[in-house]
Amino acid sequence: MKRIYLDHNATTPVHPEVADEVCRRLREDFGNAGTLYSYGREAKKLVDDAREMIASVVGAKREEILFTSGGTESDNMAVRGVAYGNINKGRHLITSTIEHHAILETCKALEKEGFEVTYLPVDEYGTIKLDELKNAIRSDTTLITIMHANNETGTIQHVSEIGRIAREKGVTFHTDTVQTFGKIGINVDGMNIDLLSVSAHKLHGPKGVGALYMRKGVKMKPVMFGGHQERKLRPGTHNVPGIAGLGKAVEVAARDMEGEGERLLKLRERLWEGIKANIPHIRLNGHPTERLKNTLNVSFEFVEGESLILSLDDLGICVASGSACTSDSLEPSHVLLAMGCVPEVAHGSLRFSLGGGNTDEEIKLVIQALPKVVERMRSMSPLYREFLKKQKATE
Amino acid sequence: MYSEKVMDHFRNPRNMGEMENPDGVGKVGNPVCGDMMELYIKVENDVITDVKFMTFGCGAAIATSSMVTELVKGKTLDEALKISNATVAEALDGLPPVKMHCSVLAEDALKGAIEDYRNKQKSR
Repeated sequence: MKRIYLDHNATTPVHPEVADEVCRRLREDFGNAGTLYSYGREAKKLVDDAREMIASVVGAKREEILFTSGGTESDNMAVRGVAYGNINKGRHLITSTIEHHAILETCKALEKEGFEVTYLPVDEYGTIKLDELKNAIRSDTTLITIMHANNETGTIQHVSEIGRIAREKGVTFHTDTVQTFGKIGINVDGMNIDLLSVSAHKLHGPKGVGALYMRKGVKMKPVMFGGHQERKLRPGTHNVPGIAGLGKAVEVAARDMEGEGERLLKLRERLWEGIKANIPHIRLNGHPTERLKNTLNVSFEFVEGESLILSLDDLGICVASGSACTSDSLEPSHVLLAMGCVPEVAHGSLRFSLGGGNTDEEIKLVIQALPKVVERMRSMSPLYREFLKKQKATE
Repeated sequence: MYSEKVMDHFRNPRNMGEMENPDGVGKVGNPVCGDMMELYIKVENDVITDVKFMTFGCGAAIATSSMVTELVKGKTLDEALKISNATVAEALDGLPPVKMHCSVLAEDALKGAIEDYRNKQKSR
């Protein structure tokens, strides 16, 4: 069976150019980048080239890029590092209710250590209000961390405005760009970003490698201890093949960004139109326009997301859901709930996130398959039966 | 993560659908929590002669509903009351720990339906 992969916000297939780069470095460049002889110098050059590549696409300086093991580590490092590094100024942080768990759980851990955290609410589209951000800033606020675009809904925040507010108030600003890096143009100076998190595997790179941009002058305390690597902020022998792969992935993403974005937007809109035309009782989750071009999050009323995923998987279609049943926590998506979505509608959400290999033909197949799947699950649902009865009674 | 048996019952649920004039109905769960189960029984001479279900929920919720209907068909009420959530889970070759509550739901729906039937008998 041919499979159709529509979960690129979870992870992406490795781009062939990236796979070649990683394999080549794995075979040829085993040197420790911290050593002086030729093997080490060659490895260091690969690491520095990748650093240069990442810095160049966001308008940063090479030495402002630190390599990590991925988005989660970058987020942890940014939040903890800045919180600890600015204790003399205060212990108050600002974030939002829809951040990735890598941010939210770090904030919760800091609260247990005596830090105070303000979680900004979002509107029905998942956007934070700038007024509320301004009002939340206090004299002891040391960090604002707001994601660029949300992984579940794709809603994009006004990062430039947030950056300007943070700069005016003298507060350090971190943004999780795991879902936007390589998809949306970012300029750290133009957008007043002090720190940003990157993950390689979300942009057709390898898993287990990422980066943190940290503006020169940001006060940060290390959260890991060891060798002198990455200015002692992130010790540990460099993952040279992974880092080289990240560099290549960024190069490819930046090169193809514009054309690929427009292509995916067209496919996504085709998918949405197809769903709307063929399936009643649905709703779009996320901002109608200010949204990642590859992301479509839809709730199908009266049914539950995991059962839709399993049914679609039987047809080779891979998607995600905000249903509690797809998480280990048995809680529905915190993002959808924060947007005011009622739990039963959050349970019935599906996220389609498009990427590299997706074609028009695949989208057509999904549009054909989906109505039957939803109809089958609705035929079992007591909620749908009740709805139909009520509808009949009012007719 | 699901056994083949769970997937089989999810793909081809047994006894799914509404029942005309059931003798007993068990309704458990809550759409807010993401699963809701309804079980309907027909009883003759203390024996469950027919059983149907409707479920809003995940794969495990549908599979446990389906399995419990298979297990109780033809059983006396007292025999049916001995079916526990563990019996249902075992019959499905096990469930992931986080999904065990679905089998509890199935047991509760069954007990609810039997209780409903017995209450109706009493009030006659």
